[in-house]
Amino acid sequence: MQKLPPRLELINVGKRYPAVVANDGIDLRVYPGEIHAVLGENGAGKSTLMKIIYGVVAADTGEMLWDNRQVTIDSPAQARALGIGMVFQHFSLFETLTVAENISLALDQPPPTAELARQITEVSVEYGLPVEPHRPVHTMSVGERQRVEIVRCLLQKPRLLIMDEPTSVLTPQAVQKLFETLRRLAAEGCSIVYISHKLDEIRQLCHTATVLRNGRLAGTVDPRRETRESLAKLMIGRELPRFHWEPRTAGETRLSVKQLQLPSSDPFGTALEDIELAVRSGEIVGIAGISGNGQQELLSALSGERTTAADSVFLCGTAAGKLNAAQRRRLGLRYVPEERLGRGAVPSLSLSLNTLLTGSEQGLTEKGLIRYPALRRFARRIIDRFKVKCGGEQAIASSLSGGNLQKFIVGRETLLSPTVMLVAQPTWGVDIGAAALIRQALLDLRDEGVAVLVVSEDLEELLTLSDRIAVLADGRLSPTVPTRETSIEQIGLWMSGAFGDQTAIPATEDPVEIFHA
Amino acid sequence: MLRLEPRPEPSRQMMFASPLMAAVLMLVSGYVIFSIMGQPPLYAFYIFFIDPLTSLYGIGEWLLKATPLILCGIGLAIGFRARVWNIGADGQLTIGAIAGGGVALYFQGVNAFWLLPLVLLAGVAGGMAWAAVPAFLRTRFNTSEILVSLMLVYVSYLLLRYLVNGPWRDPFGFNFPQSAMFHEAAMLPLLFDGLRTNAAFILALLLVVLAWFFCQKMTAGFRMQVSGEAPAAAAYAGFSDKRNVWLALLISGGSAGLAGVAEVAGPLGQLQPAVSSGYGFAAIIVAFVGRLHPLGVLLASLLMSLLYLGGEAAQLELGLPSAITGLFQGLLLFYLLAADLFIHFRLKKVQPPAAEAPATSSTTSPSEAV
Repeated sequence: MQKLPPRLELINVGKRYPAVVANDGIDLRVYPGEIHAVLGENGAGKSTLMKIIYGVVAADTGEMLWDNRQVTIDSPAQARALGIGMVFQHFSLFETLTVAENISLALDQPPPTAELARQITEVSVEYGLPVEPHRPVHTMSVGERQRVEIVRCLLQKPRLLIMDEPTSVLTPQAVQKLFETLRRLAAEGCSIVYISHKLDEIRQLCHTATVLRNGRLAGTVDPRRETRESLAKLMIGRELPRFHWEPRTAGETRLSVKQLQLPSSDPFGTALEDIELAVRSGEIVGIAGISGNGQQELLSALSGERTTAADSVFLCGTAAGKLNAAQRRRLGLRYVPEERLGRGAVPSLSLSLNTLLTGSEQGLTEKGLIRYPALRRFARRIIDRFKVKCGGEQAIASSLSGGNLQKFIVGRETLLSPTVMLVAQPTWGVDIGAAALIRQALLDLRDEGVAVLVVSEDLEELLTLSDRIAVLADGRLSPTVPTRETSIEQIGLWMSGAFGDQTAIPATEDPVEIFHA
Repeated sequence: MLRLEPRPEPSRQMMFASPLMAAVLMLVSGYVIFSIMGQPPLYAFYIFFIDPLTSLYGIGEWLLKATPLILCGIGLAIGFRARVWNIGADGQLTIGAIAGGGVALYFQGVNAFWLLPLVLLAGVAGGMAWAAVPAFLRTRFNTSEILVSLMLVYVSYLLLRYLVNGPWRDPFGFNFPQSAMFHEAAMLPLLFDGLRTNAAFILALLLVVLAWFFCQKMTAGFRMQVSGEAPAAAAYAGFSDKRNVWLALLISGGSAGLAGVAEVAGPLGQLQPAVSSGYGFAAIIVAFVGRLHPLGVLLASLLMSLLYLGGEAAQLELGLPSAITGLFQGLLLFYLLAADLFIHFRLKKVQPPAAEAPATSSTTSPSEAV
């Protein structure tokens, strides 16, 4: 297959933005029938490169060859005309419309609805992507929505399909299904560009990997011949950071949730049903599950942003369901929210003022007055302890990179001496170095006897970090089980909501050994 | 060719330069307008901006007119920082005047030291009460405080007109629609002989300092700022949204009420069918031109007050229509809003278009792309 001329070739492509160089001198060659990985950390320039190929942004330098002919792609419509399809990381579907209506809107020349529905069914059967054309999108899970996006691309008979981080919203089983579909497409001659930072997936699926680092080409390799470590080294430029996890006996229960019910606050949200959960001193409990299954709601009910029946949430023995966020903080609850900019920190304020957001009762204020020197000292302490890269404690929060801001927020909450720590997506969009530091900080908290609850979409992370794990699916929480006694398969099954019967599936292997090694 | 591109972070220089740019552009437009109207522009500028300040009396008038603008503008700025859009300061000002004036009329003839403080307090309370209506409706029923506060302005105008035409009309006033003149004890003392500037100006300066202290030093001010700039962060921190709305409206309503009572217990000396020359609305411009900062509000009020005086002078000396004041005010706000664009964006030279700038590229911000 390598003998055919490349279907797409990029030569020396570059793109710069006011603050960053997103791409610099990138070469990329994708052959027909090839599954080609573009691998890199967040901010390495993967998305920009794909947007250049798809005609969303224009490159500053370089040329693009399609079937050996030079092309300039000015718009997504033009890209589609050439036969390029793209499935975005964040879907662009209208919630209130049906599948067929959504797809019709995305096509340049849509056929009549009945005909379109027939085509949708045809393609979905052919590629094993079950989709009902007349279902409204808001009733669908994220995995189903992704299928709609893929079907939409397939209807245009693409010759090159770009998938941007497609598995972040899928259960492990659904990932395998998706891989089958992609392999099938490739076998039919379609080229696939697969963007990801998940090393194992790439080794499993892709024929070639182009690795980007800081907007530059770090190398092009055959991922099947690489190890996890060698790929990671190529991606981040140094060895994968390691940390130690040791078994530890948990202490008394610090946070307990009993029969928590919470109606959804918006029409497309998820209602929580009968959540039962306990987090003890000195343990990390992980909540796995795909976003949109009630994570937001659970976090807001635990943090106090939404209140519930008083006796459904207990914090250190106090019925806290009716307490607001500030009152729960007085009981020792600290919270690192998923949204860093805008929730965890005020974008336009300095880091030192941002400490006041949650630290106002820790000596940072006196009789309603702000103690600026104390604020600055505290901010400097966070910056030093957590190696936050920034222009000092007076730097504006929005000037920090995602990883550094996350280190700052985790640092702030950690140094505010928590008894219970609530963390959402601790390392989402954070570079590997910062992620290691943040995970180590959470482990340190656990070892100091803090009760830590981590809600994350990153299953690998949860398997590495947590002592016990549960899965949130469709607003219901699975039983909490010791992480070492479970398997990826079981968690995957639970993610699809199949834990109602409570029959534990015997662990077929022990993946935890691998992750904790 | 020039293109607008988002700045990596908001420019602080532009934040301060933008009001100056707006003032300069206002002057340039004024130059053109004066020319078109057949006035020698430089002479007109002199009449408009310099002549009012050439006499001591003129300066007194300048500070007098600035007083209600400062009072209203400070309150509004604090509210706007918290993103609570009280557009009805003119109504709260009017009710403040009615409440304070009512007390003054009730105790007509009582010559006691406590009367003036009571009159002022009544004014503040009146403004607060009027602002409490949008606050209640917003926190209880999630109505828009913009609409409610604005509509209440017209209610307050009608209420005042009813009172001076009916129950509170001066029985010895030759049937003019106005109340009796207030007694000396209910009036704000004058600061200088021969000038009309009164103690309210000192109160206004005091309020500037208080507001600065509140915004910069107090946790309550910080909470309001967070609620305005990042509502999600305020919820995360546990700051109450209702408290924010109430505080913002009570502060801006109260200071507008003070401005109102200071008018009737100051230069007017009685209730008249209209007690405000649109101060409550002009104060919205003042608050924004002043960058929602207390000191900025003080400077912006002085500029706006000069526009009022200049407008009057232009009517007398040049025979220009009274709309000239509103015209300059409007120009100032218009240019300010335009110039504010450059806080978040900058102009960049681009090469003549080859493959540059398809329509979709402008919608992609760099933060999404990296």
